[in-house]
Amino acid sequence: MDVSQLLVSGLANGCIYGLIALGFVLIYKATEAVNFAQGDMMMLGAFVTLWLTNSDQLGLPFWIAVPLAIAIMGVIGYLLDLIIIRQMFGQSQVAVVILTIAIGFVMRFAAGTIWGHEPQSLETPFAGKDVTFGGVILGLDEVTVIISTVLLTILFYFYFNNTRLGVAMQASSQNQLAAYYMGIPVKRVQSLVWALSGMMATVAGILYAAKGSIDPSAGLLGIKAFAAAVIGGMGSLPGALIGGLIIGIMEPFAAYYIAAGYSQIAPYLLLFLVLVFRPHGILAQVHRKKV
Amino acid sequence: MNAMTETAPQQDAKPVLRIVNLESYYGPIMALRGVSLSVREGQIVTVLGANGAGKTTLMKTISGVMDPEKGQVLYGGHDIAGNEPDTVVREGIVHVPEGREVFPLLTVEENLDMGAFTRHDTANVAADKEMVFSYFPILKERRRQAAGTLSGGQQQMLAIGRGLMARPKVMLLDEPSLGLSPLLVKEIFAIVRRLNREQKVTMLLVEQNAKVALDVADYGYVMELGRIVMEGEAARLKESKDIQEFYLGVQEESQRGQKRWKQKKTWR
Repeated sequence: MDVSQLLVSGLANGCIYGLIALGFVLIYKATEAVNFAQGDMMMLGAFVTLWLTNSDQLGLPFWIAVPLAIAIMGVIGYLLDLIIIRQMFGQSQVAVVILTIAIGFVMRFAAGTIWGHEPQSLETPFAGKDVTFGGVILGLDEVTVIISTVLLTILFYFYFNNTRLGVAMQASSQNQLAAYYMGIPVKRVQSLVWALSGMMATVAGILYAAKGSIDPSAGLLGIKAFAAAVIGGMGSLPGALIGGLIIGIMEPFAAYYIAAGYSQIAPYLLLFLVLVFRPHGILAQVHRKKV
Repeated sequence: MNAMTETAPQQDAKPVLRIVNLESYYGPIMALRGVSLSVREGQIVTVLGANGAGKTTLMKTISGVMDPEKGQVLYGGHDIAGNEPDTVVREGIVHVPEGREVFPLLTVEENLDMGAFTRHDTANVAADKEMVFSYFPILKERRRQAAGTLSGGQQQMLAIGRGLMARPKVMLLDEPSLGLSPLLVKEIFAIVRRLNREQKVTMLLVEQNAKVALDVADYGYVMELGRIVMEGEAARLKESKDIQEFYLGVQEESQRGQKRWKQKKTWR
């Protein structure tokens, strides 16, 4: 194994962690709750795509199935907040966290009941192909993951800084009360944030499934992505992406240079070190929170 | 202040906002104990009172952030008590909160844009932004700067400017003098007065600083422990013995040349 190949496969994994971590941070910033179902939303998004596009299922063309799946998961995210999470308004954060863990379980078993518990592969136009880039052979799927993540990041940056709703999302997360005073419908904005992170989770899920296979317990990956979000600084969107990349790159290198099992331990070891030495994360947004 | 004499609105102008027997609670604590007041069109009406009198609760109840237990907030002929804050803003009442409360990581300009969130008339919004910049030139200078990096006075200006961006008929100004130097307080109140006269914004002004508030206001109410205990035209309130003693800090020399221990308030 070449170092550059390790790096690319690590980056590709890291992009997926980063995308899920972005979902964590989005919801955390907007609602101050941690959505532990984020990983399961990724899994569900992958299965919805699989259901739409695989030839033994609905068999829609891939490029139609993807936006459709993203839209479906956006609606699911929106409804999740509207119907379930909003009922917890005023309850402690712990209650919301436990609720999201439960939602994750429900999604996992719902997916298992509908699509079975065995790993399945998503039929994509870029599975199993290779590209040669500067003399190095790379999987097309991994390159696709990296390019899609870069594009998505640019899209999000543009969305949050240049659209009315994007700026309003920032505003409601920075000062919720002031957002109310300005007539921003904060509750609807929060539901939209849930929709957005559902959509993001779907993209992550499609990319994840494209790289290998998907099964209902794939959502447990969310724990690693949560570690990535904390490492990057729970309140920072670029931090989440960077945290994801760091973890993604660490894993194959730890497996290659130390021993296979260490790839699973390395992210949490890093999480531990970050929490001890830099408790606010790498890119913490340090600003005084008003009471 | 000779500004008092120019086009002072008439006392017989019709009330644009009327509050009737409003009662609000924080959990089990009754913060408003049946407050009634009215704000006439084009006036600056001030509500004076000490800490914990219920002034801010009154503001929050009007703007819809808190729901009242009883009572009415009559605006434009109908009751808006308990409406969601965004509908209240759309109807033309904007709340400029105490303690400034800007969006710290957004730029000054983005903060102003958020003030116009409920509006869709892009051209007028752009014109209003220029109007805000004309009242607060410093904001134009700092338009690309994050609002959290502004000084306290500039943040207060931004909060008022952001409120103006909603094109309000009525502005609820909560404690604009809080934590500002006397010079800045003077500057901000001069602008508040100009906004009232030039942009025809009716103001409901909550203040602890009774002197500046009564100087700028047309009419005043005094609030204590969730009740209105006194009301009158600002000029008359300024003359009142009680207001002078308890809110303006004027001390009367007694015959023996020393101050009495404490005067009793006449409204209790």
